[in-house]
Amino acid sequence: MSAVLKPATETELSEMIAAAPAPLEVIGSGTKRHLGHPAQAAATLDMSAFSGVIAYEPEELILDVGAATPLAEIERMLGQRGQQLAFEPPDWSALLGAHGSGTVGGLVACNLSGPRRLKAGAVRDHILGIHGVTGAGNVFKAGARVVKNVTGYDMPKLLTGSYGTLAALTSVILKVLPAPETEETVVLTGLDDAQAVEAMSLAMQSACEVSAAAYVPGEAVYLRLEGIAPSVAYRRDQLGKVLKRGIEVMAAKSSIAKWRDIRDGAMFADNSRHPLWRISVAPSDAPGMIRVLKDKLDIRYLFDWAGGLVWLEVPPSDDAAAALVRSSFASGHATLIRAPEATRAAVEVFQPQAPALAALSGRVKDAFDPRHILNPGRMYRGI
Amino acid sequence: MLTMPIPDQEVISRRAAIAAALRHIVPGEGVVEAPIEMRAFETDGLTAYRQMPLVVVLPETAAQVSAVLKYAHENEIKVVPRGAGTSLSGGALPLADGILLGMAKFNRVLEIDYANRCAVVQPGVTNLAITRAVEHKGFYYAPDPSSQIACTIGGNVAENSGGVHCLKYGLTANNVLGIEMVLVTGEVLRLGGKHLDSEGYDLLGIMTGSEGLLGVVTEVTVRILQKPETARAVLVGFPSSEDAGQCVADVISAGIIPGGMEMMDRPAIHAAEDFVHAHYPLDVEALLIVELDGPQVEVDHLIERVSEIARANKSTTLRISTSEEERMLFWAGRKAAFPAVGRISPDYLCMDGTIPRKRLPEVLQGMAELSKLHRLRVANVFHAGDGNLHPLILYDANNADELDRAEKFGADILKLCVKVGGVLTGEHGVGIEKRDLMPEMFSEGDLAQQMRVKCAFDNKGLLNPGKVFPTLHRCAELGRMHVKGGALPFPEIPRF
Repeated sequence: MSAVLKPATETELSEMIAAAPAPLEVIGSGTKRHLGHPAQAAATLDMSAFSGVIAYEPEELILDVGAATPLAEIERMLGQRGQQLAFEPPDWSALLGAHGSGTVGGLVACNLSGPRRLKAGAVRDHILGIHGVTGAGNVFKAGARVVKNVTGYDMPKLLTGSYGTLAALTSVILKVLPAPETEETVVLTGLDDAQAVEAMSLAMQSACEVSAAAYVPGEAVYLRLEGIAPSVAYRRDQLGKVLKRGIEVMAAKSSIAKWRDIRDGAMFADNSRHPLWRISVAPSDAPGMIRVLKDKLDIRYLFDWAGGLVWLEVPPSDDAAAALVRSSFASGHATLIRAPEATRAAVEVFQPQAPALAALSGRVKDAFDPRHILNPGRMYRGI
Repeated sequence: MLTMPIPDQEVISRRAAIAAALRHIVPGEGVVEAPIEMRAFETDGLTAYRQMPLVVVLPETAAQVSAVLKYAHENEIKVVPRGAGTSLSGGALPLADGILLGMAKFNRVLEIDYANRCAVVQPGVTNLAITRAVEHKGFYYAPDPSSQIACTIGGNVAENSGGVHCLKYGLTANNVLGIEMVLVTGEVLRLGGKHLDSEGYDLLGIMTGSEGLLGVVTEVTVRILQKPETARAVLVGFPSSEDAGQCVADVISAGIIPGGMEMMDRPAIHAAEDFVHAHYPLDVEALLIVELDGPQVEVDHLIERVSEIARANKSTTLRISTSEEERMLFWAGRKAAFPAVGRISPDYLCMDGTIPRKRLPEVLQGMAELSKLHRLRVANVFHAGDGNLHPLILYDANNADELDRAEKFGADILKLCVKVGGVLTGEHGVGIEKRDLMPEMFSEGDLAQQMRVKCAFDNKGLLNPGKVFPTLHRCAELGRMHVKGGALPFPEIPRF
């Protein structure tokens, strides 16, 4: 791993990819290098030149930025105009031992969303356009700088979460939304796993517009309310009635800190030797899954997305208990987001796909990157 | 007039054998081949175009869909999928040498799972029927295209349909959790489910809005939401579209995302008022309906803020709904805008561009000039919150020259949308209608990349050919083509 290619323009990028004799590892600022299978690349493709704001139009809800623009810079800029990325981008630097919160291109490539994903959707629900260069060296764009568009295939969604295996993105267009004026969090204590998921389900079935719902075992269920102050106060009272129990309330300042911790998986950051999974399941399946695992492993876990997202930390082992973890739920997917390199090389980091689906994914890879130049094997072997 | 690919006479000559083979897969009434019975399928919502299909097949199970597609794939016969046939862009227009695959018999709600806030339905269930199935528990399905009483959820997935509420609640793509689908080879896949996000590539994302070119959806899992506690609307008249446009921008800049924000221009206001008598002001150039939904206390607060913003933008009339009846009356004119225009003209073409909102005044001005140039009237309704414009071009289909001028007028409007940074279609799809305009928005390199994705799903190009892409290419040819800087020209292939 010595050579570094650093294109300055899209044309140069296209030429470098087209001429590359061997695989390239696509890098923004490198904060998420340890997500996925370890790179099998002869050289690094440093995308850092594609940085900077191309257009920010708050009244049009549009942000068009170079893919290597630091996320922190974007959030600062949006904050000044009272806006935000509604999918609540997480900062996994502490979790993954990286420096900084990374680039927007990396965020899009990994489709990483935080607690508000439950209500507002994921990165893939907020991406409007992309520019990039495919693994064949073809420059292309898709989408546009408008919030509503169905012209042609939704390539921006396909590229979101593709971990740089299809194209090197040079710029992305995102929908931005107003940030809430205030927030508070309703806290419920004394519930077990099943009761916690039931309470979160009741809250989500109400008209209280809960923007995040998480359960920290041994601690509490947290239900976040956001919006204008009188509305938040009203919905807090409603929530008490819906849940038919006494509630505690966390004011804005502690609420913000609590949700940042949940978003970033802070409770797992100190245990870096322990493999960490993120598992997406139907919310009502989460307690049963944990019941199975608890019997066999010494685990730590947290439910976000009302139970739909399970963070699961397992004891150190060569295979991160992959088979056991994946047999604990019937439908959904488990991604190993933290493990030593040898483990990430040995086990399937992303949920294995049924043969017909895996074959289709392979054909999609070939449609963008027929020579398997960009991040090959990062997600699945052979793509 | 748009043209379709030249039919393959060899396939047409095998018609009887193809129908017989399909009868083996779908017995009884599931195969329709009598011309008089196929007549019902010859067009969709883009009524200017008609074409009798080769044969119609109406399967009832995913296994039958799989067998039909496998047969078509093995025998190289084209297939056009169809839901309720409400497409405004000609997405379900049949082919003379193609099987029409009607999904109407997939009409069952399979499961409602309130605990996980989702419903599993067959693709032929209508959009509104999903809401009807869950509303007794206070739930609804959010995307609400105006054809929702008739259009199916399978068609909604194919077109990524929108509606008046999608600024706040998203398009179909943001409200579908999973699908079961069949590839043209007959392989059955499940994408997503009751969980969130994809384990690998977001194939659900690319399937949604793929206009029947990538696969056939046989089951859909949608997100259902609790209905907002209340909704109120403000009806505001402005002396100019500039003022109305600025009001919309100021509402959004103030951090307010209304449940709906619709604008109408003078011709649309007058047509609607004549039709439904909603007491719209007739002395204004632009009318805005802003609907706020949520808890009462929030709605009351935001209604006041929106009203202040409207007054600051020179509104000449401003009415706030004080009852559910009044709110419905505000909407009555807007919701009846299409039939209202239908009353003052024998036919109309509904266009569907999206523009950056701030360019609205110049686009309206440009449209007024084009109206003179093409000697046809136009009325505008506008999903103002998300910049999605629906110009209605008034013409008479019995006059060939008028249809021709209407289509040219429509094309000029969409070119104008693209020129100001917008797009050809916000929610109706490309279909055949905007197919030949795709190069206005995309370079040949951009289109080639989309077609390579098509090849990954359908390498023989059998699913809904002639839609979306202005030229047909063999997949092998696309694989060899290297486009540098998006500039390498295609060989001169005639557009069909």
